[in-house]
Amino acid sequence: MPTENTSLLEHRKEALARRRKWRTFIDITANYGVGFGGVSVIIAIVLIFFYLLYVVLPLFANASIQVMGEYSAPGGSDYSSELIALEEQNEIGVRFTHGGHAIFFNAGTGNIIEDVTLAIPPGTAITSFTQGNPVTRLVAYGLSNGRVIVARHQYQLSYPSDQRVITPRIEYPFGEEALLIDEKGRAISQLELRATGEALSVVALLEDAEVLIAHYDRQESLLEEEVSLQRTVFTVDHGMDFVEYLLLDKEQRNLYLADRSGAVRHYDLSDRESAVLLGTTSVIEQGAQISCFAFLGGELSLLVGDTRGRISQWFTSQDALGNKKLVRVRQFQLDNYPIIAIAREERRKGFVAADDKGNVGIFHSTAERRLLVEQTPQPVKFLGLSPRANALLIEDKAGSYRFWKIHNEHPEISWSSLWGKVWYESYGESRYIWQSSSASNDFEPKLSLTPLVFGTFKGAFYAMLFAVPLAIMGAIYTAYFMAPRMRRMVKPSIETMEALPTVILGFLAGLWLAPFVEDHLPGIFSLLLVLPVGVLIAAYCWHALPGRIKHRIPDGWTAALLVPVVLLISWISLSLSQPLELWLFDGNMRSWLTNEMGVSFDQRNALVVGFAMGFAVIPNIFSIAEDAIFSVPKHLTIGSLALGATPWQTMMRVVLLTASPGIFSAIMIGLGRAVGETMIVLMATGNTPVMDMSIFQGMRTLAANTAVEMPESEVDSTHYRVLFLAALVLFMMTFLFNTLAELIRQRLRVKYSSL
Amino acid sequence: MIKDWIKSGNPWIWLTASAVSVSLILVFGLLLLIATRGLAHFWPKDLLAITYLDRAGETRNFIGEIHGSEIVSAERLRDSGFDINVDNTLYERLLLKIGNRDLGGQDFKWVVRSRIQQQSLPAAVFAAERREWGNFYGYLVAVKQEGEIVAQGEHAVSALEERLGRAQELYEQIRDIEKDEIGAINYGMERLRLKQRKMELDKNDSPENLQSIEQERSEYRQQYDALQNQLIKLYKDIERDAIVAKTADGQEVDLPLAKIVRVYYPNAMSLFGKVLFYLEKILEFVSDEPREANTEGGVFPAIFGTVMMVMIMSVMVTPFGVVAAVYLREYAKQGILTRTIRIAVNNLAGVPSIVYGVFGLGFFVYFLGGNIDQLFFPESAPSPMFGTPGILWSSLTLAILTVPVVIVATEEGLSRIPKAIREGSLALGATKAETLWRTVLPMASPAVMTGLILAIARAAGEVAPLMLVGVVKLAPSLPMDANAPFLHLDRKFMHLGFHIYDVGFQSPNVEAARPLVYATALLLVLVIVVLNLTAIAIRNHLREKYRSLEQ
Repeated sequence: MPTENTSLLEHRKEALARRRKWRTFIDITANYGVGFGGVSVIIAIVLIFFYLLYVVLPLFANASIQVMGEYSAPGGSDYSSELIALEEQNEIGVRFTHGGHAIFFNAGTGNIIEDVTLAIPPGTAITSFTQGNPVTRLVAYGLSNGRVIVARHQYQLSYPSDQRVITPRIEYPFGEEALLIDEKGRAISQLELRATGEALSVVALLEDAEVLIAHYDRQESLLEEEVSLQRTVFTVDHGMDFVEYLLLDKEQRNLYLADRSGAVRHYDLSDRESAVLLGTTSVIEQGAQISCFAFLGGELSLLVGDTRGRISQWFTSQDALGNKKLVRVRQFQLDNYPIIAIAREERRKGFVAADDKGNVGIFHSTAERRLLVEQTPQPVKFLGLSPRANALLIEDKAGSYRFWKIHNEHPEISWSSLWGKVWYESYGESRYIWQSSSASNDFEPKLSLTPLVFGTFKGAFYAMLFAVPLAIMGAIYTAYFMAPRMRRMVKPSIETMEALPTVILGFLAGLWLAPFVEDHLPGIFSLLLVLPVGVLIAAYCWHALPGRIKHRIPDGWTAALLVPVVLLISWISLSLSQPLELWLFDGNMRSWLTNEMGVSFDQRNALVVGFAMGFAVIPNIFSIAEDAIFSVPKHLTIGSLALGATPWQTMMRVVLLTASPGIFSAIMIGLGRAVGETMIVLMATGNTPVMDMSIFQGMRTLAANTAVEMPESEVDSTHYRVLFLAALVLFMMTFLFNTLAELIRQRLRVKYSSL
Repeated sequence: MIKDWIKSGNPWIWLTASAVSVSLILVFGLLLLIATRGLAHFWPKDLLAITYLDRAGETRNFIGEIHGSEIVSAERLRDSGFDINVDNTLYERLLLKIGNRDLGGQDFKWVVRSRIQQQSLPAAVFAAERREWGNFYGYLVAVKQEGEIVAQGEHAVSALEERLGRAQELYEQIRDIEKDEIGAINYGMERLRLKQRKMELDKNDSPENLQSIEQERSEYRQQYDALQNQLIKLYKDIERDAIVAKTADGQEVDLPLAKIVRVYYPNAMSLFGKVLFYLEKILEFVSDEPREANTEGGVFPAIFGTVMMVMIMSVMVTPFGVVAAVYLREYAKQGILTRTIRIAVNNLAGVPSIVYGVFGLGFFVYFLGGNIDQLFFPESAPSPMFGTPGILWSSLTLAILTVPVVIVATEEGLSRIPKAIREGSLALGATKAETLWRTVLPMASPAVMTGLILAIARAAGEVAPLMLVGVVKLAPSLPMDANAPFLHLDRKFMHLGFHIYDVGFQSPNVEAARPLVYATALLLVLVIVVLNLTAIAIRNHLREKYRSLEQ
């Protein structure tokens, strides 16, 4: 028997030990598990900030290049080049030579793919060359007999056996036969052309310095299915000694003639029969000469490179009187050597410039940014930028080629383009504008966050204007004067407001309040004035009542007493709204405002937003301020009252002073919420990004803008990242307000406990 | 005397009191506004038949419900084209819902009261809710079957009732087939397509495998053809009957019964009938699907989407929030770091929700979702499965948004548990984990519940982030249905809050949709107020409980 007992005990011990081990194991696991879980949740929360930052940072990165190949000129350097270009996929390059060859080559290795000789008529010599708008891939050779050959380099994609194959070819969109420009057969020494599907315009400088313009209109006769070209020719009477540069914009409407010394003549060709001189402008500073003259993408702006390494941007701007004038908008500096070549980006407002020393720089005009300067050993002669602006082909003086890949995703963003005033193309002055998208391809994105931040604070300002007095005064009364029984009912009901979905407030503001305010404008304003006065009168009347009635209602129920009074006053002033409007504003205050005061009136305006958003932040402010006032130690107030101060004096001089940091933190929290509020602003304003403090106009806030534009923006595009930046700005602003409030509150808590 | 009174500070106290009154009036006024407008929508309003002198001076007849009225000045009436010479007078004008949008082009009409020449409430006027073109108001003339008149005059009313019941039954059948059965077949076909694509990608597309897929497909096709035939027959059946109705100005029109949801005679209804009708409409509102670009019908899919999203969110947010709070309060060393973390967590509750939406779109949808698609669902490319907004990502985003709420509430609950209880447990030999699991957490559970309820209340009302990560105006199918795997986390969904925004601001016929928006808003407010009051009650209960423990 004893042995049995021992074994049982042994057995039990063993079991106990096992159990203990198991419990220890559980304990340790829980320890690590909770630690890991807790830390990872906290990391996940912090991740928000870093993820936003991670998306935003590439905006501010500089451009970089990657050398993909270096080789000698494809087709040999016997002929000099006229143009080098790349196709969309950056696989094939093309080189147009002075002898009329189009040499297609592999961009990475320089191996020739095809060498096409253009259809130059026998017996004529090539005297000039030009490229049309790079988007159209048109080129033209001017001939010694006053004719022009127009060709296009075209690339066809096909996918035999799932492999992409690009086949280059040369096309003649206006016929293989050379077009006649000058009937007298004079040689063309400079050439410029632009074409759309239907119309072609050629500007030719002839050997005797005459400038001819020829328009061709394509006419298709239905019967013969034949295409014929209708031709009109006229001369530009330019009066310049020596025309060196010709530029025609893609609308075929603006012609610029320039000489080396910097005089630019601007002609209007809109009537297609004559050239009207709009003005002559000197675009060069003393002592320098034009060394390069080109359009920026979209062909609204001119880029003028000079012999001192400067590139200035000019465009036609209208002044207040409506006079059109070429103005210099901004200037870039590459180095101090003459600019030799400028290649523009097709889809953005950026460009690449190269100089006589071998410097190659990447710029962006709107952002006023020089994104990269790279040195090549030889002076550069030609630049070929790919349509997507992510590869560059360079030919230098020694005839060798370089092929670079460019990483330059977000050139349009800089500190100045985000926050500063920017002079956008075809505007009269620099302005703050947010306009992120448009139907047109040549659109210059206007991504200034300033109007949005302005709108954000405007909305928050009007909301606070409405909410702060109401909430703080309410908090003072509730915490200090109100009967405890009533306080127990009032506080939760105002706090329940905090949870009210803002979409409901926004919907009411937009669909009910906005039309209501519009109809009762005089009533609303008179209500704001009459209400305090009316309450005071009511208070005095109550005071004057005999004590018998007065004492029936105990102290601290004043607020309940005032509810009917406030309702009555509101009803009176709102029903007086119509007669007031008749009496003061001829029956229509809205049109009176517009016509007499010159104030434009939106139905969904800052006033409405102020009411609605103020309503949304009242509970936040009220709740925190009330807590702060209520937790002021009682002995302070009792002491003050004992010394003979009235309750109001005690309130103002003791309680408020002690609780003021708490009240401040309440306002900060309210501000944080007003700044980030999305739905109310989205629904109760017109969402137009205007910069105007007027209470009768709307706004566009950072939050509402993000909500509207985010779903449509393309992933990883500049617009997408800028919207992330807006979110980050919002995040940081509210985080700042909240942290400030929280720190103050914590200090206050310490202070109270020490009192 | 006045001076003394001012000196006493009383006026200022009265002013502060008035701030409380104004706030209270605002809160309750708002709730009242939503409640009255939302609830009134379902009440059958009397149909007023009027003879009206319009702005061109012609007499016209209308039938309509009064939807509102306002006082305008002569000036404004003159601006809108009335020939009024009197100045400085005010006119009352009524907003009439005249329906018959297919005939007149617009649902609503403002009429100036003083220009109404005759008005009456004829008992014979009926209102028909239609599946297209909104309501029809007019007089019943006859009932037709296949173009032949079968009942006229008084018989028409009962004949209509009978035949409408039949048409509705058929309509239900059609909907069941179209939505459920054909929906299931389409879903199956899509899965087959993905399966085949996956086989091709895995180089697993042996002829046998393809053969079996083809066989399944042809089965589906047969089922589909059968259903299609059934549908054709049903459609033919439902189009059998129509009614002839006369509008206010005497025009006779045919209304096919297939397009009518319900017919009623508001002027002839008894009070009891009206109450019944009212309840029926409310039931329809919460249980039916929306019609006419969400401006009519019910909001069931939105309720379902909201509840489901909130439920998924709760499943995710509770464990994480509790673990983080327990870590902060029970395990982490209290010091500067935990204090900083606490401040940061607190502050995150105040970060604008749209920021979370942006984060959710970038991180969850594009980054996580895109990678999940690439790794696990290469067959569905180029159309994304998880790399697009959906209910899973919405729930996750809202979970991140509400996790601070849960953490803060749980921590508060934990901090209220007296130290003695923990020490007692430890002194009896329990390990820390056991103490936590057996005593601390159960005692803190009401606090966790409070946090969760607050989180749910916040999540249910949040719209801005959802607009980015998964909410749509009209989801073709619910995120849960009878097709395996039943729960479709990748689907987009509808949401009450977004419904309000969308119907109120994006719908083509805002005026007609407005009452419905009020009703939806009321529903949302009710849900949220109830949740909040529960949270407050639980909190108070909790406080009482520990007060007694401490003593």
